[in-house]
Amino acid sequence: MSWLIKSSIGRKFVQSISGLFLILFLLFHMSMNLVLIFSYDSYNFIANEVLGANWWAVAATGVLALGFVFHILYGVFLTLQNRKARGKDRYASASKTKTTWSSQNMFVLGLFILLFLGLHLYQMWYQMQFKELLGIEGFRHDSAQLTAEVFSSLWVVIVYELAFLSLWFHLTHGFWSALHTVGWNNTVWMKRIKVIGNVFSTIVCLGFAIVPIAVYLGYSNLLG
Amino acid sequence: MNKINSKIPEGPLAEKWTNYKNHQKLVNPANKRRLDIIVVGTGLAGASAAASLGELGFNVLNFCIQDSPRRAHSIAAQGGINAAKNYPNDGDSVYRLFYDTIKGGDYRAREANVYRLAEVSNSIIDQCVAQGVPFAREYGGLLDNRSFGGAQVSRTFYARGQTGQQLLLGAYSALSRAVHRKQVKLYTRYEMVDLVIIDGRARGIIARNLVTGKLERFAAHAVVIATGGYGNTFFLSTNAMTSNGSAAWQCYKRGAYFANPCMAQIHPTCIPVHGEFQSKLTLMSESLRNDGRIWVPKKLEDAQAIREGKLKPTDIREEDRDYYLERRYPAFGNLVPRDVASRAAKERCDAGYGVGNTGLAVYLDFADAIHRLGRDVVEARYGNLFQMYEKIVDDNPYETPMMIYPAIHYTMGGIWVDYELMTSIPGLFAIGEANFSDHGANRLGASALMQGLADGYFVLPYTIQNYLADQINVPRFKTDAPEFDTVEKEINDRIDRLMSIRGKHSVDHIHKELGHVMWDFVGMGRDAEGLRTAIEKLKEVKKDFWTNLRIPGNKETLNVELEKALRLADFIEIGELMAHDALDREESCGGHFRLEHQTPEGEALRHDDQFSYVSCWEYRGEDQDPVMYKEPLNYEFVVRQQRNYKS
Amino acid sequence: MDKDINIKVKVWRQNGPKDKGHFETYPLENISQGSSFLEMLDILNEQLINEGKEPVVFDHDCREGICGMCSLYINGHPHGPDQGITTCQLHMRRFNDGDTITVEPWRSAGFPIIKDLMVDRTAFDKIMQAGGYVSVNTGGVPDANAIPIPRHDAEMAMDAAACIGCGACVAACKNGSAMLFVSAKVSQLALLPQGRVERKQRAKAMVAKMDELGFGNCTNTGACEVECPKNISITNIARLNREFLKAKFAD
Repeated sequence: MSWLIKSSIGRKFVQSISGLFLILFLLFHMSMNLVLIFSYDSYNFIANEVLGANWWAVAATGVLALGFVFHILYGVFLTLQNRKARGKDRYASASKTKTTWSSQNMFVLGLFILLFLGLHLYQMWYQMQFKELLGIEGFRHDSAQLTAEVFSSLWVVIVYELAFLSLWFHLTHGFWSALHTVGWNNTVWMKRIKVIGNVFSTIVCLGFAIVPIAVYLGYSNLLG
Repeated sequence: MNKINSKIPEGPLAEKWTNYKNHQKLVNPANKRRLDIIVVGTGLAGASAAASLGELGFNVLNFCIQDSPRRAHSIAAQGGINAAKNYPNDGDSVYRLFYDTIKGGDYRAREANVYRLAEVSNSIIDQCVAQGVPFAREYGGLLDNRSFGGAQVSRTFYARGQTGQQLLLGAYSALSRAVHRKQVKLYTRYEMVDLVIIDGRARGIIARNLVTGKLERFAAHAVVIATGGYGNTFFLSTNAMTSNGSAAWQCYKRGAYFANPCMAQIHPTCIPVHGEFQSKLTLMSESLRNDGRIWVPKKLEDAQAIREGKLKPTDIREEDRDYYLERRYPAFGNLVPRDVASRAAKERCDAGYGVGNTGLAVYLDFADAIHRLGRDVVEARYGNLFQMYEKIVDDNPYETPMMIYPAIHYTMGGIWVDYELMTSIPGLFAIGEANFSDHGANRLGASALMQGLADGYFVLPYTIQNYLADQINVPRFKTDAPEFDTVEKEINDRIDRLMSIRGKHSVDHIHKELGHVMWDFVGMGRDAEGLRTAIEKLKEVKKDFWTNLRIPGNKETLNVELEKALRLADFIEIGELMAHDALDREESCGGHFRLEHQTPEGEALRHDDQFSYVSCWEYRGEDQDPVMYKEPLNYEFVVRQQRNYKS
Repeated sequence: MDKDINIKVKVWRQNGPKDKGHFETYPLENISQGSSFLEMLDILNEQLINEGKEPVVFDHDCREGICGMCSLYINGHPHGPDQGITTCQLHMRRFNDGDTITVEPWRSAGFPIIKDLMVDRTAFDKIMQAGGYVSVNTGGVPDANAIPIPRHDAEMAMDAAACIGCGACVAACKNGSAMLFVSAKVSQLALLPQGRVERKQRAKAMVAKMDELGFGNCTNTGACEVECPKNISITNIARLNREFLKAKFAD
C-alpha cells in the first residue's frame, strides 16, 4: 500500500477519503448543535450520555482525530510538493485564468479552519471529554450552559462565523473535488455533483452558523 | 547506357509486390541486432519506419528537429486517408485506387509503385485502428468513409478535421513504445546537416544539436531520409516554419538524384496573404468546396470598388457575379482538382477581378448552402473551419463570403528512389514526401498520409532488408573515420562562412525575396522567359544571401538565425533546380503548368511522346550545371488520357 | 476593422538554463492588428537583428494550432487571452494601442527553461514512452472493422485524443500538475477496446513516470481545462483517477 504515499493519485486518494469522512462528521456535529436551539436538556443528554467519556465516544474521537491528522498532514505534504513542482520562478503577470477562488486557496482556508479548531477544542472538548477522561479538576457536565457562556462574548461569535464561512468555501470545492479524485465523476455528473456540493455545504455551514448567533441573541432553548 | 535502374520487379502488375516479397533477401534476428539504421524525421513516414524497424530488431537512431516527434508537420493534415477497403460497397478496389492515383498524378508516376501503394493501403487502416486511432464511426460501430476530390467512390477514412494528427499520434505512440523498449534511440532538437558516405555507401550523418549548437557524428549501416518536402522554398506556404528541404538537398549534393523538382502542388483554398509581415499561410480544408461556391465580380469596376473598400461582396447582385469554375467546368463545377481550381483563381485575379485589399483573393460563398441546408447543417459540417477563419480574418463567414487564394502546399518532386525506396546512393533511402515516387505531377487529396504510412510501415521494413542482408558482416562503424572528419570540416567551414558575412539583412528578409521570385516566376503559371528571368534573379538572391546576410550570436550555442540561414542557403539552390527543371519540361502536367503548353480552352497540355519520363538531376559541383537523366515511364497497364473535367 | 497599433512587449530574456533571467521591454510601432501574435514577435526579432541584438527565442512550428510547439504565457494566460486557441492563432486585434504585453515562458519544475521563452517539454515524451500506447507490432493485426466500437465511445476517445501536448495545462496549474495531459491519453485508450487490454498497466506506468518527473499533485482547480487550447475536459482526470485506483486495488 506504499502507493498511498508514493503516488500522486494515492496521496490525493487519502486526502479525499479523509475529507469525505470529515464531511460526514460535520453533518453529524451540525445536527447535534441544532438541538441546542430547541432544548438544553436534550443537548446535555447527547453531550454527556451519548458522547462523554464512554468507550464508544472515546473510540470515535480517536478515529475522528486520525481523520483530521491524515487530512492535515496530507494537506501540508501535498502543498509543499506542489510548491516545488511549480518551480522556483513565478509568473510576473498574475494569473487571469478563471477558476473558483476556493479551489486556489484550499490550503489557506484549511489553515484558518485549523487555527479555529484549536480555539474550539480548548473552549469545548478540553473542558468536557478531555478533563473527564484525565480526571482533571473542573470538567463540565452542563454542556449547554458552557456553550451559552462561550457564545456570550461577541468576538467568539465573530471568529466562529468567520470559520464557518471559511468552511463553506473549503467545502464547496472539497466536496466535488473529493468525489472527482476517487473517480466518481463524468461529463454528465460534473454539474450535478457541484450543485449537490454547494447545497450540502450551504446547509451544513448555515446549520453551524445559526447556533452561535442564536445563543448570543438569546434565541436558544426554545422548548425550555 | 541508362544510369537509372528503377528495379521494378517482373510480372503482372498485381503480383509484383508479392513476388518481390517472396524473393527478396531477409536478415535473421541475430544479425538485425548488429545493424544500425539512422532515420531522419519523425513525421508519418519517419515515425512509422523507425517504430517498425525497431520492432523488427534493428538498432534505430531517430532524429527530430522539433522538441518532440509529435510536432512533425504530418500533424497538420486535415482531411483524411484513402484506402481501398470498399466498406461502403460502392465498387472500390485496389485497382481503382491505383487508377485514380495514377490519373490524378497526370500520368507521371510509376505504375508499379502506385499499385503497391494501393495494395498496402488497407493494412494501414487496420494498423491504425489497432493502435487506437479514433477514426469516425457510424452508429453501428463500424468505420465511416467520406468522399474526396478526384474519386467516384467514398474511400477516405477520417478523424474529424484532424486525421493527420491522429495518424501521427498513432505512429508516435508506436515509436514511443519502441523507445521504451530500447529498440529506438530518439534525438530531439537535432538537425541533420550532412550525409557521410564511406566507400560509396551511406554510412552516417552529421547532425547539429540545436540546443548546444555542436556538431555531432552518427554512424549506421543505412540512412533513411524522411524529412518531408521543400514547399518553404516559396517562403509562404502551408508548411510549418521548420519544414525544410535541406536533408534532401545534402543527399543531392552527395550524389543522390533529385527527381521532378518542379512538381509542386498549389492548394486552392488557403486564407489569402494579408500583409508583408505574414509568416505562413493557413489551409482551409478542401472539403469546403463541397458546399461553397467560388466567385469574383463580373465587372472590373465592382472588383475595383471592393478592393478600395467602397463595396461589400454582399452588395454585388447575383447577375453581376462570375461563378467562374461552374462556368468553365460545368461537369465538376467547384469540385475540380486542386491544380485546375488554383489556376482558374489566378487567371481571374491576373485579369483584374481579384478581391480583398490586395486583389489576390476570390470569394468562397456559403450563402446558397445556408439557404438550402440551413445554418445548423453548415455549422455542423464546417463549424470549426469557420471559427478558425473568423479568428484569423475577423470576418464572419456565415454572413460574408470567405476569401481564399491558392498557396504552395506539397511537393511531389523529391529524392529519386527505386522500387525499393533506395536512392542512387547505396544504403541511402528516402520515404514519404521526401521522395518523389507515388504522386506523379499532382497529388490527390488524402493520399499523402497514405503514402507516408505505406512507406514507413509496410514497404521500407521489407525493402531495406534486401540491402542490409549483404551488410551483416560489416562491423559497426566508428565515427572517427576520416570521411566523418572531412564532412564535419566542410560543414564547419560553411557555418563559419555564414557567421562571418556580418551583412545587414536578416534571414527572413532574404527568404522573402526568394519567395517572391519563386511565386512570380516558378509558381502556378510558368513560361520559358519567366523561368529564365527566375534563374537570373535567383543568382542575385544567392549573391545577396552570401554577401548581405547577418546572423547575430555564436555558432556553438542555440542560434535560431543560424539554423534558418543553413536552410535558406539550400532553399535558394533548390529554387534554382526547380526553375531549371520547369524550364526543361516543355509540357504542362499536374502542378507544373507551362503557359506555352495549354489547350485552346486553357487546360494543361501534356506531351506524352516527349516527356513521359522522370527527370532525375545529378549534382555536378558548385558552378556546374546539373546533369539530367531520364527514367522512362512505360505505361503497360493504364491507357493515358487527357484529363477532362468539363463534361 | 483592423488598425495599426503601437505597443510595448515586456519579454523574459534568459541566456540559458542556469542564467538568472530578466525582463526586457521593447517598443513596437505600427503593428497591424491583422497580424498574428507570433508575427508580431517576428517583427520584434527583425527589429532586434537590425539593431545587432540577439533575437528572442521562442518555440513555434505549424502556426495553425495543431502541432503544440508554441507556448508563451501572455498577460496572465497560457496561449494568451483568447479561449480555445494556441498562441500561434492569437491575433493582435485582441490588444489595444498603448498596451504593454507581458510575455513569459511556461513556468514549472517539469519544464526547465532552455533559452528566453523556450522550455524543455521532453518530460511529456517520457510519460508517453512509459505507456501511452497500445502494444501492437506493425502487421498481423485484425481487420479494422473486426471490432465495432460504439460511436459515442469513439467520439469521446476523439475528444481526449485531440490533445496537442503543448503543456498549457501544466503552465496554468498552480501545482505544476500534468494530470490533464496524462488523463487525455489514458482516457482515449481506456475508451477503446484496443486499449483496454493494457489499461491497468498503462495507468500505473504513466502516473508513476509523471510523479517521477516532478509534476505536482492535482487539486482540481480546473485551470488546465480553462486554458487548454483544445478544450480537453477535466472529466478525463476523473477517469484517470478511476483507472489508476482500480488498477491499484486489483493488485
